[in-house]
Amino acid sequence: MESIYLAIVLAPLLGAAVAGLLGRQVGRAGAHSVTIAGVAVSFFLSAYVFWQHAVAGAAPYNDSVYTWMVADGFRFEVGFLVDRLTALMMLVVTFVSFMVHIYTIGYMRDDPGYQRFFALISLFTFSMLMLVMANNFLQLFFGWEAVGLVSYLLIGFWFRRPSAIYANLKAFIVNRVGDMAFVLGIAALVLHTSSLDYATLFARAEELSGITLSLLPGTEWSLLSVACILLFIGAMAKSAQVPLHVWLPDSMEGPTPISALIHAATMVTAGIFMVARMSPLYEHSVAALGFILVIGAITAFFMGLIGLVQNDIKRVVAYSTLSQLGYMTVALGASAYAAGIFHLMTHAFFKALLFLAAGSVIIAMHHEQDMRRMGGLGKYMPVTYVTALVGALALIGFPGFSGFFSKDGIIEAVHLSSTPGAGFAYVLVLAGVFVTALYTFRMFFMVFHGEERFRHAPPPDHGQDDAHGHHGHGGEPHESPWVVTLPLVLLAIPSVFAGYLIGPLLFGDFFDGVLHVDPSRDVLAELGHHYHGVWGYLAHGFMMPPFWLAMAGLVSAWYIYLRRPGIARVARERLPWLHATLQRGYGFDAFNDAVFAAGTRRLGQFLWRFGDALIIDTLLVNGSSRAVGWAAGRLRLGQTGYLYHYAFAMIIGLLGLILAFAL
Amino acid sequence: MFADWPLLSLVIWTPILGGLMVLILGDRVPEASRRLALAFAVLTFLISIPLFVYFDRGTHEMQFQEWVPWIQAFDIHYHLGVDGISMPLILLTAFTTVLVVIAAWDVIQYRVSQYMAAFLILEGLMHGVFAALDAVLFYVFFEAMLIPMFLVIGIWGGPNRIYATLKFFLYTFFGSVFLLISLIYLYVQAGSFAILDLHQVPLGMTAQVLLFLAMLLAFAVKIPMFPVHTWLPDAHVEAPTGGSVILAAIMLKIGTYGFLRFSLPILPDASMALDWLMITLSLIAVVYVGLVALMQQDMKKLIAYSSIAHMGFVTLGLFIPFMVFANTGDWQGAALGISGGMVQMISHGLVSAALFLCIGVLYDRMHTRRIADYGGVANTMPWFGALFVLFAMANAGLPGTSGFVGEFMVILASFRADFWIAFLAATTLVLAAAYTLWLVKRVIYGEVANDQVAQLQDLNRREFWVLGVLAVAVLLLGVWPAPLLDVMNETVDHLVRHIAVSKL
Repeated sequence: MESIYLAIVLAPLLGAAVAGLLGRQVGRAGAHSVTIAGVAVSFFLSAYVFWQHAVAGAAPYNDSVYTWMVADGFRFEVGFLVDRLTALMMLVVTFVSFMVHIYTIGYMRDDPGYQRFFALISLFTFSMLMLVMANNFLQLFFGWEAVGLVSYLLIGFWFRRPSAIYANLKAFIVNRVGDMAFVLGIAALVLHTSSLDYATLFARAEELSGITLSLLPGTEWSLLSVACILLFIGAMAKSAQVPLHVWLPDSMEGPTPISALIHAATMVTAGIFMVARMSPLYEHSVAALGFILVIGAITAFFMGLIGLVQNDIKRVVAYSTLSQLGYMTVALGASAYAAGIFHLMTHAFFKALLFLAAGSVIIAMHHEQDMRRMGGLGKYMPVTYVTALVGALALIGFPGFSGFFSKDGIIEAVHLSSTPGAGFAYVLVLAGVFVTALYTFRMFFMVFHGEERFRHAPPPDHGQDDAHGHHGHGGEPHESPWVVTLPLVLLAIPSVFAGYLIGPLLFGDFFDGVLHVDPSRDVLAELGHHYHGVWGYLAHGFMMPPFWLAMAGLVSAWYIYLRRPGIARVARERLPWLHATLQRGYGFDAFNDAVFAAGTRRLGQFLWRFGDALIIDTLLVNGSSRAVGWAAGRLRLGQTGYLYHYAFAMIIGLLGLILAFAL
Repeated sequence: MFADWPLLSLVIWTPILGGLMVLILGDRVPEASRRLALAFAVLTFLISIPLFVYFDRGTHEMQFQEWVPWIQAFDIHYHLGVDGISMPLILLTAFTTVLVVIAAWDVIQYRVSQYMAAFLILEGLMHGVFAALDAVLFYVFFEAMLIPMFLVIGIWGGPNRIYATLKFFLYTFFGSVFLLISLIYLYVQAGSFAILDLHQVPLGMTAQVLLFLAMLLAFAVKIPMFPVHTWLPDAHVEAPTGGSVILAAIMLKIGTYGFLRFSLPILPDASMALDWLMITLSLIAVVYVGLVALMQQDMKKLIAYSSIAHMGFVTLGLFIPFMVFANTGDWQGAALGISGGMVQMISHGLVSAALFLCIGVLYDRMHTRRIADYGGVANTMPWFGALFVLFAMANAGLPGTSGFVGEFMVILASFRADFWIAFLAATTLVLAAAYTLWLVKRVIYGEVANDQVAQLQDLNRREFWVLGVLAVAVLLLGVWPAPLLDVMNETVDHLVRHIAVSKL
């Protein structure tokens, strides 16, 4: 088996190397052929691996590939752990990546950095696979940072744009804040076990939960809770949870295909995956679970609200991603890891679909992203319209679509959960359903229905997205080429049907032995008692509050943005403070800029000018050299060169000696 | 077959001999001088390879030893030998010198032969420092090494070179006087200048503390540690590219090597008693100097400050074992700190060399080091941009590059000692990323800033290979550090066992 796993990981790396290093030699077609071939190999082998683990019942694989190093009795290995969780992630990652690779042919057609782009998305696929297939924390951290690196390079893909290189620096540094906690979390776990292997650590979780650590004099903290919370802070940065979410909206500066692949479907879910993978540890720390639950709920609701006031189509989807990641996080906090992973999977499909559909719209609009200049596009681009509708219905959790099953699972689980903060979280995730439907269909209607505002829009500024030439301006919008629409269709299929896996994934034995849940907190098992097949679940869904909230949101969107377009404006004018607060994203960016960014720079400037330049250099170094010079100047006065001065001094000295001996 | 050769003498004297020959050849045919210098640099590197290949990884004993009486009246000997601490540093020195010679190929046009000779002689002397097992021999190399570097900065340096050389020379010389005094005191106590004998000499606490402080002055200046670090940015700014490379990659390591060879094994109790001082200074280097680096307007100064911060990680790794022992009661995890510090030394050698070479590439074209004069370099120099980003990431400690390995190990060891030490050390993840990538943003990314940037030519073949080889080394060490650790492990474990025994 090992050679299959190696091939899955290395095929995209090889593609990336060829496209990246030999881009000029292989040309555009060569670059996309080789990278698509690489990721296709990965995808088909992953599908085989998934079949083996999910259907054929293969035993989990856990072995090392090579020894990274040995030091002080620690063995640092690079190796793979492949079980059903890994296999599912591999399948999702390689499938979405495969789709995005194909889509990119159309989207980046005229971009001068074509080969570089393919090299980077393949490199991303490699990194993400290393992350999900790791069997130890070292490799996990490698993948964790490597996907961050590729994200940095891709957000700044159009590196001539000031906004892009601001966004990528911000993304990297915010992620590094999380990674700092992540490293400390790893160190905390290694501290007592001297091992980085998952298996060893999981086996000793019980014992670890009894150890305490004194963080502040006189206080005792559970080592495991500290480690789990530190690791989760890392996940908060990667999976964009409040308050470390600030980088994700700005990451939309990157080309749309990577917004779909990295900043919606895969990389940002790494944090969710990580916590689920570590469930044997997290289950021993109620404190960490409560923390996760609250953070996730805040993200799910409040980030969704911001989506209501965005006019950039990609930013709406980005805030929606934040909110959905919040839902997944809530599931983790409620110990419903399977529900979190399930939503991760369905979300990967429908959110990648929505992003790629948005990209298709952006192509049709000649790289215009402002929804106020769209409208009525549905009839010009039928495939995009239908697939976007599928994505939207899945996102709001309309019964029958994948998002319905996965989101309902989360909401029900939180409802039953007894983890501290569950009541608070339940209210927020429930209210979030209404918000989700409202912003989703606000976007949908503004883009695809209503007045064709693009006809009388002022000439758009072309700064938005220069991937595409500006040819054919002023013509009718038209459907995108097949390389763009094919991935949309292929993603729409699982966006509907992936939900029907709810039986085995949530209530069955799919994750047995992989995800560990303490029996006292096993809300999914409790839900499972009432589960009688997918059709019953579906029918039941029509009677539950989430459905009615979603419908209310959908209808409100229709009424506000299509039927009576004046309402939105009136609301904005009546509640200017609310609108302004949402527009500013609750002021996180302003606060970070003023306090952290500017404060750090000011501190650095002060330490340099005052500490290094004034105290050390001017006073101490040059001061002491001046002092030496001054003292030498004084001493020089004694050496006049006049013979009689010296003779006089000798006589005085002689007299002194005589006196000394005489006395 | 090589194992019986006097390899250490060869790696010391071959480049010195070569340097003298290049000097004699002179500048009549500069091309010939360059070729001869390159031949000797490559030859020395080739000679150093058997040191790695035939190194016995199963022992902490000194290997490839050579012993010839020198000044018998004072029991001073020409005694050479290497262990897992010094051997990798010799390899790094030989490797870096080859790159420096190639990098200078058509950049240095003034007094070519003397420039090349200075670096070859410097190489031999630095090898001597790492190979010497006699304290006086060490001291001779340690001091002699300053002369070629002094000349390199003074002759081929920038406009303010005289101030910089004086600052450099006085600072380091000031420190080394105290080292000499310490060595003489130790000779009186031990009756020998053999470093391995000094490791065994019993010393009282007062003597240990005083000796520790005296040696601290000598080594702290070299590393440099806060607060005696301000000579380094000045020296780097004025030094020619090759000078900066050797300074950052090798000479700074001689300070931390001094701790490993002298302070820790000779003065274990003082090291234990003063660990708080060393750890505090190290953390100041990481945090304070990292913040100062953020605000630099000059590329070389920025990398110089970054070097100080990274060397702070080395000293943290070297002294964290004592804190680990004090707080946990055993030495488990101690070796991780020391090994981490040593990996960081090698990695920083590669990464800082690469970054200074990168800045040299830009300086040769634009004749300015001011960050504000750049912007959008990636537009005209895509290959350079890609390599620069790679080295920047290594500087920021990205896993998969060499920069990560040592930092990770030191953070793991620090956590064992104390959460807050590990926390402060880990701020480097944010700080190093901030100052390095902000530099990348301002220099590499963005619109083409001005006409000069618009006319930049991408790397030529020579530059490409020099940086490419370094890139491979940085990645290889990041993906598979095991070969380096295998060489070090026995020596480091032995060192930990040694410092665990009190001399009182």
